[in-house]
Amino acid sequence: MHCGLCLDACPTFRVTGLETESPRGRIYLMTQWKRGQMTFDEKQVKHIDLCLGCRTCEAVCPSGVPYGRIIEAGRSEVERMRRPTAKRWIAKTALRQLVAHPRRLRAFGAMTRVAQAVRLTSVVSSGRQLPALRAAFKPPADGVAPAIGTRPYRVAFLVGCVMPILYPQSHDAAVKLLQLAGCDVWFPQNERCCGALHAHNGDLQEAERLRDYNSRVYASGQFDALVVDSAGCGSHLKDFYPELKGRVKDLSEWLAEIGMPQPKRDVKVKVTYQDACHLAHAQRIKKQPRELIRSVPGVQLVEMRHPDICCGAAGLYSTLEAQMSRRILDEKIDDLTSTGAELVVTANPGCQMQLAAGLSARGSQVRVEHVSELLVRAY
Amino acid sequence: MPLTPQVIEELRRIVGRDHVIDGADDLRIFERDASIEGAVPDAVVLPANTKQVSDVMKVAARHRIPVVPRGAGTGLSGGAVTIRGGIALQVTRMRRILEIDPVAQTALVEPGVVNQELSLAAAPHHLFYAPDPSSQKACTIGGNAAENSGGPHCLYYGVTTNHVLGMEVVLADGSVHWVSGDAPDRVGLDLCGVLVGSEGTLCAITRIKVRLLRTPPSIATLLAAFPSIETASQAVSGVISSGIVPAALEMMDQVTVGAVEAHYRAGYPTDAGAVLLVEVDGIPEATRELIVAIRDVLAKNQGYAMREAQSPAERDLLWAGRKGAIGALGRIKPNYYLHDGVVPRSRLPQVLSAVGEIGEHYRLPVANVFHAGDGNLHPNILFDMRDREVLHQVEDAGEEMLRAVVELGGALSGEHGIGLEKNAYMPWVFSPDDLDAMHRVKDTLDPNGLLNPGKIFPDPSRRQVRLAGRTGFAVEAKWW
Repeated sequence: MHCGLCLDACPTFRVTGLETESPRGRIYLMTQWKRGQMTFDEKQVKHIDLCLGCRTCEAVCPSGVPYGRIIEAGRSEVERMRRPTAKRWIAKTALRQLVAHPRRLRAFGAMTRVAQAVRLTSVVSSGRQLPALRAAFKPPADGVAPAIGTRPYRVAFLVGCVMPILYPQSHDAAVKLLQLAGCDVWFPQNERCCGALHAHNGDLQEAERLRDYNSRVYASGQFDALVVDSAGCGSHLKDFYPELKGRVKDLSEWLAEIGMPQPKRDVKVKVTYQDACHLAHAQRIKKQPRELIRSVPGVQLVEMRHPDICCGAAGLYSTLEAQMSRRILDEKIDDLTSTGAELVVTANPGCQMQLAAGLSARGSQVRVEHVSELLVRAY
Repeated sequence: MPLTPQVIEELRRIVGRDHVIDGADDLRIFERDASIEGAVPDAVVLPANTKQVSDVMKVAARHRIPVVPRGAGTGLSGGAVTIRGGIALQVTRMRRILEIDPVAQTALVEPGVVNQELSLAAAPHHLFYAPDPSSQKACTIGGNAAENSGGPHCLYYGVTTNHVLGMEVVLADGSVHWVSGDAPDRVGLDLCGVLVGSEGTLCAITRIKVRLLRTPPSIATLLAAFPSIETASQAVSGVISSGIVPAALEMMDQVTVGAVEAHYRAGYPTDAGAVLLVEVDGIPEATRELIVAIRDVLAKNQGYAMREAQSPAERDLLWAGRKGAIGALGRIKPNYYLHDGVVPRSRLPQVLSAVGEIGEHYRLPVANVFHAGDGNLHPNILFDMRDREVLHQVEDAGEEMLRAVVELGGALSGEHGIGLEKNAYMPWVFSPDDLDAMHRVKDTLDPNGLLNPGKIFPDPSRRQVRLAGRTGFAVEAKWW
């Protein structure tokens, strides 16, 4: 079966026109390796490196080929076999030594804040992508944010690794929405990074370590749902944490399920919605965020021609494969700006960062927010 | 035969270093399209414009290298397979929509534009591009023009050739020409008509001017279940003979519906022997009236559980299911083999029971999904390439099904093209004189036989589709 329906859903195929940079080509490649019919060399590995892991192909595949699983397995094979480049070694080490440790990461965030204040970060190219950092998100001291009004639900909230540092305001808004919807919000203590970034970069070993650790943390509390406002983490938790089966919910998925109270005020804004790949394709959630956005009085939602095509962020991809990432981002910004929207909302920190970088490079005035930030303004 | 480093260098100078692929491992990725056979090209070249196509063609002509134009590689008859090696000329970088003229209702596109992208771009002008192959999310307009592709809505709107107004083409000698152009009718000898559907054997297509149509003000889509494929095909004959030509009239059997529902959850009844998907469009009063009449005919032919799409989203989902049907068959078996023969509509019940008998005789599962309204069959023989025992039976069953089509007065292909898959059967329907006439056209335009050699015309040196002895791509496709 090689019908090719996935081809034009693949962002790298769309910009290169190359079968070698398409899902069909990559599966072929990995199959040939597996069969020992193809020798392994850096040129072939490049095709695997260039995959964003956005899983759009998986969502459109009528045969149900689990591309996400295949590429993760392929990547871990690649990491095992290849001589690592300096860039990839740094990435792997940073993921293991920094991202996986919340305290170190927070300290790093604080340092970056200082560096930004004295304009040090504008010197480094990747520094320019970071948003201006504010004080990191801090859960309440007793570990619970109580529901406002009736409290039928108790949810756990994934604070995560980079989200509280890069986008504390998105977390603040998400927590407020949960409280308004009648949830006691529990912040599991000592929780660490979920391991999504590690798994996507072929470090399954570290991902498993983090899962085993976090699973014990989650087992220590009672909750109806583990609510996640970062699509990449949500998708990873759903795929990788069997004991949480059915209880991991994306913020918009959960809010749509339990229902939000009546909005209190109009939010007059023309907005477009960028599907986060790991929400739309990995979790197949496209309807709920749109319904929530439309439920806010005054909001006008205008769709892009291809809202569900990746923006090129894809975790560390924008740094590791900067050139391809920029080409994909360019098409995205064209599509985005042609809607005439003043605001773009999405549901993942990587997308927020990438879109903001792309827009500011064009000198555009369009703002970027998490869905939660838009919704909370209605209350 | 591998190309010499000098030739590769010449090609690189034309299209740029990154746009020539000649590494052995990379080339293997280009060995196939969506059909069952494959062959590795000697180089893949991705031009960016007409000039580059022309220059590549000149190099090929000078060195007598075969050239096979390739779009997205979603074809089902092996049209893009480089069976004699040579250059795969892939046009996927040429994907600009150059112009949409909302007044003239035309569009000028490069060949690599994806079919559905054109309709998306035309939508703000309340226009659409009518030919809608099931692979429209991925297939290119250039490939559609080369294969004269059809699609569900071609029943009412006509196939690709009815929508191509003119084309810019590059001939085997590298010369660039426009055939036909802006006029709504092709004037003079219809050269454009000769080239549309020539499957890359006469020219490479570099620009296409197509007709766009106004989006109908009202669309009604009806789903109906039937106890069997026979009753459903009688219902099809009933609708057509009552004088109604729906925009689309599609059938899927129970096997197909099961696979489709597993992915799309579009609400197709999985317990029915067959389902029909009927669509009519036009002014609201007309569609209402037609749907009532169609419901009546379907009910008289044992149609039940009829359901009309209540929203555009529901209609889109039903169509997504139908259009993804062949891909979804991968859920049942890893490989399919299909012919797209056409029979006169009155013969549908006969040919379908023949297909069923052939499948039973060889004990091979067959999934039917097809354009019932125009009698265009797609019996998919489902099998597993790893099971070496069945391969000969699959070949024989496919051939017998096609023979049944021809014996009932049908044609070899409705929309997929002849390509590699059916060229051996050409003498079943064409006399030596017919074939000779075609050969003379080919010789005039491509005297050295460099463009897509080994396609359409019977090739005495080669037995038809050879599954046995091939290592299928799907062999280990389930290793994860």
